[in-house]
Amino acid sequence: MTTALDTTLDVVADLRTRMARLEAGTTAPPLETHPALAGLVQLRAGAAYSVDSATLALALLAGPSRAGGWCGVVGVPDFGAEAAVALGVDLERTVLVPDAGDQWLEVTAALVDVATVVVVKPPGRVVPSAAEKLAARLRKRGAALVAWGDWPRCEVRLTTREPAWSGLGGGHGHLRARRLVVEAQRGTAPPRRGALWFPAEDQSYRPVEPAPSVPLAEGVA
Amino acid sequence: MTRVMALWCPDWPVVAALADEGQPTHLPAAVLHANIVQATNAAARTHGVRRGMRRRDAQSRCPELRVHPANPDRDARCFEPVLAAVEEQHPGVAPMRPGLAALRAPRRLRGGEPAAAALLAERLVGLGVWDSRVGVADELFTAEQAARRAAPQDCHVIAPGESVPFLRGLPVEAIDDGVEGREAVSLLRRLGLRTLGELADLPATAVRDRFGGPASTVAWVHRVVGGAGAVPLATRTPPPELACHVDFEPPLDSAETIAFSVRQTADRVVAGLAAQQLVCTEVRIEAYVEGADDPPSVREWLHPRWFTAVDLVDRLHWQLQGGFRAGDVRAPVNRVAFTPMTVVPDAVHADALWGGTDERVQRGIARVQGMLGHEAVVQPVLQGGRSPAQRQAFVPWGERPTGLRPASHPWPGAIPPPAPARVLATPWPAEVVTDGGRPVAVDDRGAVLGEPSRFRPDPTGGWHPVAAWAGPWPVEELWWDATPRRVARFQVIGVDGRAWLMTWDTGVWWTEAAYD
Repeated sequence: MTTALDTTLDVVADLRTRMARLEAGTTAPPLETHPALAGLVQLRAGAAYSVDSATLALALLAGPSRAGGWCGVVGVPDFGAEAAVALGVDLERTVLVPDAGDQWLEVTAALVDVATVVVVKPPGRVVPSAAEKLAARLRKRGAALVAWGDWPRCEVRLTTREPAWSGLGGGHGHLRARRLVVEAQRGTAPPRRGALWFPAEDQSYRPVEPAPSVPLAEGVA
Repeated sequence: MTRVMALWCPDWPVVAALADEGQPTHLPAAVLHANIVQATNAAARTHGVRRGMRRRDAQSRCPELRVHPANPDRDARCFEPVLAAVEEQHPGVAPMRPGLAALRAPRRLRGGEPAAAALLAERLVGLGVWDSRVGVADELFTAEQAARRAAPQDCHVIAPGESVPFLRGLPVEAIDDGVEGREAVSLLRRLGLRTLGELADLPATAVRDRFGGPASTVAWVHRVVGGAGAVPLATRTPPPELACHVDFEPPLDSAETIAFSVRQTADRVVAGLAAQQLVCTEVRIEAYVEGADDPPSVREWLHPRWFTAVDLVDRLHWQLQGGFRAGDVRAPVNRVAFTPMTVVPDAVHADALWGGTDERVQRGIARVQGMLGHEAVVQPVLQGGRSPAQRQAFVPWGERPTGLRPASHPWPGAIPPPAPARVLATPWPAEVVTDGGRPVAVDDRGAVLGEPSRFRPDPTGGWHPVAAWAGPWPVEELWWDATPRRVARFQVIGVDGRAWLMTWDTGVWWTEAAYD
């Protein structure tokens, strides 16, 4: 009796969220994002993001992974497991397909079915029609895609600028901390920039304080 | 009254390791884990190699000792044929651990228990297992101890009711089984207890207080020696005919049609198992085509929980899709066979019903495995090591990682954190030169010859001026080998601000990782 009622309530709640999603247009549910990137980008289910460096890709994996989601990584044979763990990626819930060959798109689509966020390094140029098909799948499954490289019509393009390592001298010391500027380009709007410690001296990943994130013209989403 | 027969193959890890690599068994060999000898064979023991010895001590006593890393999966795999052979003669075998199995002693065989044991030993010699020993007693612990006191290919029978006198005479080393047992033995000896009889004479409460509760090994042995030791024997009954197949007339050439047509067969496989209260965790699926005796598409599938009928159909579907696409299956399929490879009592998995890995995730991953092959989907794991590449490993999805180096130990020569975000699967050939264009080198004492000024991290890329560098972190890898490698690691930053981990390996530069 109770079970039947609960099921009905679940269905009603599910339908309501779906209606709300339809009414709200393109607003997709937000996914957990690494706190260091909080001022720059907010991961959303169903969207594709483009990054230009491995650390940023791992940082975008870390948010949903910390929240208990599964991660997929396709076409990245040089996955740095230790760096991923340092950022907060749970390897227990990480599926890695180092070399997917020609079938990388099919493999990515299959992993989108199971993972909350999938990192893919496309081996060549991506045809917009293929990206469209994948985007439909992403929206349906509520997953996010992080492309390491160019991706047609991506939501936000993250690029690293001015990396500055400290701790290394002329033959002595070792790499300790890196300060870099991450630029988030969203459509044609002016880019949002933020200086980050990636990592800081204490091996944490956080914005450089005080947060000098340039306010954005398009307003807060 | 049921009597228990224990079959013990001594030094099983060594026997399995040698058999797996096809090496002769009369030469000294040992299996090591974490540089400690876990098992040796008789030839090694004559040289004085003992269990618990460190690698260097063992090798100093017996320089020609061949060492193998411990691999429990290999031990279990090699024990399977032995179990199968025993099952042929005596239904109802309970494997206890690789190298040790228990069965019900046959009661009505002519010649009694020794004859049954002799038949068993003969069968095992046929398999190439020369050293097997059998013990027969009223219950399991006594039978195992009796087997340990039998001669090779022989049998030690403890008459009904004689268990307690037999056990009382055993030294306390008899419970030396695993780490806990070893510590317990050491403690018992220091307490002045030399035989299990002396242990049994202690009051039960004193034993429990001293040895950590009623669940501890010693308390359990105390109960057994005291005569209250009926250990239930969980048997693994060999299923009479669990394999099922289905024939197609006419043959079918589409994965969808075939998958649809095998539904009933898959139901039959699962129902047949369920009738014996078993579930299948590993299954072999074969697809045969006309005109070929060998099936062109064979794959063994593992399941983290157990296979349902839908799972079996799914696996077949993915296997055939992959097979048709890869061109392995060129002709229409006329027969599909399911053979359960590993079965377990369904009670073992009962608790996993409401927990464990998400089934949806497993299915999605299995689908990718169907497309690319089992090894193409991996799970990254961390381990100990010096270079970033050594500090991680990729384990095929669904397999247990084996042979990982412990990450907790100190690794001198390891690079301090942060860890590089890109660890190249195969290092790139690189170049690092001085101002004058001469390659930078490292001498025998580990000093850097020349100041790095320009470098090229990959052969196709351009040269970058060096902004800062540090090193060397020298590691002399395998210095005991005939051709020792002298390796020194450097961190290099280019003027563009990107940092690299580069290695000088006896005259050649490599790029190992990038701090991308």
